[in-house]
Amino acid sequence: MKTPSQSPTQERVAIRTSDVWKSYDRGAIPVLNGVDFEMRAGETVALCGASGCGKSTLLHLVGGLDEPDRGQVWVHGEELTQRRDVVRFLRHEVGFIFQFHNLIADLTVEENCLLPATAAGTNRTQATERLHRLAERTGLTHRLRHRIQTLSGGERQRTALCRALMNSPKLLLADEPTGSLDERTSGAVFELLLELVKWEGATLLMATHDRGLARACNRVVEMHNGRIHESS
Amino acid sequence: MIFLRLILLNLWRHRIRSAISIAGVTFSVAAMLTVVTVLQGAIGMFSGLLSSGAEMIVFERNVSDLFFSEVPAASASAIAAWPMVAHADPVLFGVVSSADHPIITCFGVTREDARIRKATWLAGNASTFGQHENEVVLGERAADFLNATTGMQVPIGHEMFHVIGIVKTANGFEDGGVFMPLHAAQTFFHKEGSSVITIKLHEKNQTAEFKAEVKRTFPNLIALEDAEFSRTYSQFKILKATAWAVGGCGLALGGLGVANTMIMSVFARIREIAILRVNGFSNTQIAFTILGESALISVSGALLGMIVGIVAMYALKLIPALHGYVDVTIHPMLICVVVLLAFVTGLTGALYPAAYAMRIRAVEALRFE
Ligand SMILES: Nc1ncnc2c1ncn2[C@@H]1O[C@H](COP(=O)(O)OP(=O)(O)O)[C@@H](O)[C@H]1O
Ligand SMILES: [Mg+2]
Repeated sequence: MKTPSQSPTQERVAIRTSDVWKSYDRGAIPVLNGVDFEMRAGETVALCGASGCGKSTLLHLVGGLDEPDRGQVWVHGEELTQRRDVVRFLRHEVGFIFQFHNLIADLTVEENCLLPATAAGTNRTQATERLHRLAERTGLTHRLRHRIQTLSGGERQRTALCRALMNSPKLLLADEPTGSLDERTSGAVFELLLELVKWEGATLLMATHDRGLARACNRVVEMHNGRIHESS
Repeated sequence: MIFLRLILLNLWRHRIRSAISIAGVTFSVAAMLTVVTVLQGAIGMFSGLLSSGAEMIVFERNVSDLFFSEVPAASASAIAAWPMVAHADPVLFGVVSSADHPIITCFGVTREDARIRKATWLAGNASTFGQHENEVVLGERAADFLNATTGMQVPIGHEMFHVIGIVKTANGFEDGGVFMPLHAAQTFFHKEGSSVITIKLHEKNQTAEFKAEVKRTFPNLIALEDAEFSRTYSQFKILKATAWAVGGCGLALGGLGVANTMIMSVFARIREIAILRVNGFSNTQIAFTILGESALISVSGALLGMIVGIVAMYALKLIPALHGYVDVTIHPMLICVVVLLAFVTGLTGALYPAAYAMRIRAVEALRFE
């Protein structure tokens, strides 16, 4: 099912944005000013830039959570604004990881992770099987029945990682995934993230301002004045 | 499973609020059930009282209240002579009030009347009824509050009557009533005929024919079947409409409570809804968790309301003054209607909150921690 060797998909384009503009408050806050950007399938890219420069905004556009004012966003060859089944896209093609986890605190690890499977209507045995495999890889097996409230920050982010990968999306969008963690935990979670992305053969676009982590990705791009500049 | 978990989780998180809105539905359902059942019981009793087991009832056309209906004695005897008629019993209704007792319903009947023939006699017997003008039979409860036993003289209105029997009936109105010979009642109430004639036909399928015959021969009278009568009698219609209106208002209040709860519930978990959206929940699925929560509140409220309502009705039945007036047969149909109404009201109340939840945009809701 998974292809650890990425060569066959290497050439395919996972994400392409073409002259993407986005502003808030009816143009009063211009954020993206013509973003042209491309990512191949299986690639890991770090999106760097000062806080408030528009990294999250771009991630939201790529993830189908918001629409650009102008320009196009293609994911897996389809233009997002033309897609009528954004829900399907969210269910099967993309997974999100946020800085503040965005887990439902009163639910258990297992229940949180099963949310995407529930949304997609995956049969229960299949979903549980998948969950156990992911839990094993992230070291959460003994934590599955515990509520999020009782978890450490690192465990929470690992839960978020499992949930994001639950429906085997080919694209993972991570918005400052280690931003709320201390340095040691942060390194461990990031390593796990890269490892799982590779194991799943997925594409990773990660917003971060941690240059150290960014260097571990295949490529680092800089966001500046609402545009993207390749660096290194 | 997770849907149910999300719904229950949310009810549990705000348990006091949930309990209050469930209680709101409980009381409105209980109120509706009690009001409607008591009223239907009273109506059933009243129509039973009029027809007393007969199939049809003849009375004056276009009267608003049966106490004003007057059927001439000649019409009664003419109808009794028709070949299709098995029994035609004229009954005169009257109400007497006296200083010590609120009201006593008087029934002027002949000895052939089913009320006399079929009653359970606690004292005296049917054969003596109607022999003397000033002799009456009392319902059990009337005997009780008049403190009367057989052989005594009791004052009714300005006259004294001799009690020759006491009967037990299931009907509250009859139980608190006085049975007089028809002639005595006519004299007493200054009337010449009767209020109604209760009819029993030889063949059940002759009702249409009988109705037509009455219409042709006596244009100012009307014959109705029992069920038809309770449906069309305007007093009943007013009572029924009032009962449903009062009950409906109660239910609407309960529904508003649910709506309020659901609005607060949605506002309190905008972030959670955004999380569901990011994880692939569709609008329908999101609406389902909201409507499900509201349905759970209203259905559990309705079930509790039924229990409370039934207990309340049995309690009412125990009040001596209401004895015989409260009929605690709750029709399954009524339960279905009330539960369904509660369910629909709950869902309606959740429509706006659900629509609001569907408009929540993940990007904005997840922007701040
Ligand atoms: N929904 C919104 N409404 C108004 N302004 C917004 C909204 N979302 C983001 N912004 C603004 O857009 C700019 C870019 O935000 P963001 O994409 O979150 O930046 P980053 O993730 O790089 O820190 C910021 O100035 C932010 O305040
Ligand atoms: Mg950001």
